Amino acid sequence: MSASTDNARDEGYDDLLDAVADGEGYYLECPAGHGWLPPRRVCSECGARELAEEPLPESGTVETHTTIAVPTPRLADDAPFVTALADFGPVRLTGQLREIDPEDVETGLSVGVDVGESVTTGDRVLVFRPR
Amino acid sequence: MAGIRVAGVGLTDFGESPERTGRDLFAEAGLAAIDDSGVDPEDVEELFYGNFMGEFAERQGHQGPLMAEAVGLDVPATRFETACASSGAAVREAVKDVRSGEADVVLVGGAERMTNIGTAGATEGLAMAADDLYEVRAGVTFPGAYALMARAYFQEYGGSPEDLANVAVKNHEHALPNDHAQYRSEITVEEALDAPPVATPLGLYDACPISDGASALVLVSEAYADSHGIDAPVAIAGTGQGGDRLALADREYLARTPAADDAAREAYADAGVDHDDVDFAEVHDCFTIAEVLALESLGFYERGEAVGAARRGETTRSGELPINLSGGLKAKGHPVGATGAGQIAEITRLFRGDHPRSGAVPDAETAVAHNAGGTVASAVVHVLEVAT
Repeated sequence: MSASTDNARDEGYDDLLDAVADGEGYYLECPAGHGWLPPRRVCSECGARELAEEPLPESGTVETHTTIAVPTPRLADDAPFVTALADFGPVRLTGQLREIDPEDVETGLSVGVDVGESVTTGDRVLVFRPR
Repeated sequence: MAGIRVAGVGLTDFGESPERTGRDLFAEAGLAAIDDSGVDPEDVEELFYGNFMGEFAERQGHQGPLMAEAVGLDVPATRFETACASSGAAVREAVKDVRSGEADVVLVGGAERMTNIGTAGATEGLAMAADDLYEVRAGVTFPGAYALMARAYFQEYGGSPEDLANVAVKNHEHALPNDHAQYRSEITVEEALDAPPVATPLGLYDACPISDGASALVLVSEAYADSHGIDAPVAIAGTGQGGDRLALADREYLARTPAADDAAREAYADAGVDHDDVDFAEVHDCFTIAEVLALESLGFYERGEAVGAARRGETTRSGELPINLSGGLKAKGHPVGATGAGQIAEITRLFRGDHPRSGAVPDAETAVAHNAGGTVASAVVHVLEVAT
């Protein structure tokens, strides 16, 4: 069989989503404490190549958010939805914020991270839920 | 180092022409620039061409030689892609080429065909300038990314949707006499605030339209202009480019665009000018908040101060520092790959006196073009001057 495939995993990204779904999310940290998401071979802040997996904090804080009314086709049937950036200490995550009325979302909201599905495609999506 | 002159400019109308191919759009702009320059086409030595989403919108890669052929040139041709800053980057490379003595005459520009794939298609195409794994899959769109920045800006510095609406109102008013502009209709602050949301806090009137179009410039060395009697009164005096991490989440700042700070610093130093010397500017207002971020990165305003500039009338055509006299991306339109070179075409005409808004800047000597890619992970700034 050919190794070529239409639906290859995205190493690093899919591994992280697997881990988040199992409640064992992580990030990559350099010796100076700069955090990144995989795949990543070098710290883009300080150039260190010794990146270690560290457990993702259980909760993060919404820094900014938007309610998307005009989505990409991949999320056509999901709209409107809230996309947010949340501060998880050494890393920021970008995810869809669910289980809250978009009108009630505020910066500073405490959220946990999980893996959900797109209504449109069934594809996996990094999601936040209020904690 | 050779001085660089803008010998000729060409623009298609920006707007909706879904049936027109990219090659036809660029041919119109390129031939117009050559005609405007008075340069013998045989003297053009190279093409620098910007385009972002040609594979996605037209299933057409390798557009450099295609576009050279479209304007009747048999020269080396290279496409540059830095998302919405693609032709700004192409101009920068063209400037470096002429300065180095590699060429005396080059054609530079860009084109984008977008409306043929519809709003959903263009939304998907534009989102490709963001990080696919960690942004687009989580729902980030091009307006969505700027919405995240706008809310972060409001949170950090203040400002309101009404302030941003004033940017849209200003740029629509500026575009009224511009034949090339996609929108030539006045809007009010109330209409802008009442428009449907695209990505909160941004509404429809905070966003540039989806556009087809092309732009081109003939750049020549000062020596060539002198020896060939080419009338080219506008010089590109400085060039700068900056970069940032692709994903917003990986950046230090959510309400600043440091790539543009770096590009501006480099371009000002290159030209030997300061931001205080700038008389007017064309900046990359793909969204109203983007104009605000640009004005702060270019040094015209302290952080948090530019959001009220349009409301206070400082950046209108009768203000101290007119911004986007062309109408900007917001009203003139944003055929992505054409935008950066298009800004320089507009500035050149504003200086020469053959732009419908030239009357707003009769004694201007120095202007700036600010072209940004994605959420300003790429930024290109050029300083233009009336040659002495």
